Amino acid sequence: MQIRESQIMKIHYITAIGALFVVAVHILMRLIMPFDMSLEYGNVIANYHNIPYAILLESVLVLIAIHGFNGLRVILLELRQSKAWEDGVTILTIVAMMGVIAYGTRTIIVANGLGFE
Amino acid sequence: MTEQIIEKIEKIEKKHEKKETLRDSIVLKVYRANRLAGEPGRYDSVEVPVQRWTTVLDALLHAKAYKDPSIAIRYSCRMASCGSCGMKINGIPRLACYTKVSEMEGSTITIEPLANFPHLRDLVTDFSQFFLHHRNMQPYVQNEHADIKDREKLSEFVQKPEDLDRFLQFSYCIKCGLCYSACPTVATDTKFPGPQALSQAYRYFIDNRDSAGKGRTNIVDDKHGIWRCHFAGSCSSVCPKGVDPALGIQLLRGHLLGFSKNEKKIADLQERLNKN
Ligand code: SF4
Ligand code: FES
Repeated sequence: MQIRESQIMKIHYITAIGALFVVAVHILMRLIMPFDMSLEYGNVIANYHNIPYAILLESVLVLIAIHGFNGLRVILLELRQSKAWEDGVTILTIVAMMGVIAYGTRTIIVANGLGFE
Repeated sequence: MTEQIIEKIEKIEKKHEKKETLRDSIVLKVYRANRLAGEPGRYDSVEVPVQRWTTVLDALLHAKAYKDPSIAIRYSCRMASCGSCGMKINGIPRLACYTKVSEMEGSTITIEPLANFPHLRDLVTDFSQFFLHHRNMQPYVQNEHADIKDREKLSEFVQKPEDLDRFLQFSYCIKCGLCYSACPTVATDTKFPGPQALSQAYRYFIDNRDSAGKGRTNIVDDKHGIWRCHFAGSCSSVCPKGVDPALGIQLLRGHLLGFSKNEKKIADLQERLNKN
């Protein structure tokens, strides 16, 4: 089944709006205590251990990865036009996006402790 | 909507209303090159006498008639109707026959071929790809119910003024290519149809005599299609006919995203013979 460009762009715009919301919450959470303190080891780990916050971080990761890598795909598509380039760009951005999501998810799981308890 | 368009055209005219500078002569700095012969580009300066109403095309034709007959120019109507005299005048895509010399700043006018078109010779560029993009949009009314085979019973569509208003401004396009030349996406993406073709896709999409909506939107809903417009808006600012291609593109995008419904009701067919 061929995905239409309008469907991809709908996802692009929806992930942008979603990312704005979750990143805003993420930044607000930095402000409930002095910024330096919020970045201390214990506080960061506590954040990861808080399941709703870990879910929020995972959403930031997924939404920004989808939006960002699709943006990169669009930029690269405009650079050159040939079937090999277009197919290469599509495959590369999908693989890179999945790689980033997988690595980031692994970090969240490890920091949360789920993988070791 | 018609009043809005007239208001818009008046606003554009007011914005472009320039101080006139009256001169006796002007220097045309004309880009010269024969690409097919592999000639490198150069600029030739020609001084021509001008009057208050002299257009850049008049000045070029004077130079061609009395100074250098080898200057290559494309033109036809001399009244902003045929769309063939597009060129870059002082860096901006304009119609040479619609640009008065007295409105230009400075005593030298630089004239170059349109950007984003393959260059042929001097001020002449190749429009084949541009016309191909236009043709690709199926720029004609398609209606499966139209009984056009039966000549005796030829039917006509009943259309209200509001129906006409939806696409009227886009039908003023003369295919001069100025918007295509000003578009930053066309400059990098050779498969991008450009503002002219995309706004024509909208022009037929929103026409209630046309029933090929889906077929036409499928053409523009492509990797290199309508989504590659960055909304720079340069197309609309250079259009000499008051068309707003950027608006057409955004409206069509709205339909593709499902924000706006194409609530058009297909126009009724009326038999000519039974009309009264
Ligand atoms: S939309 Fe305007 S600038 Fe573009 S081709 Fe048509 S008349 Fe020319
Ligand atoms: S000569 Fe026809 S538009 Fe200029």
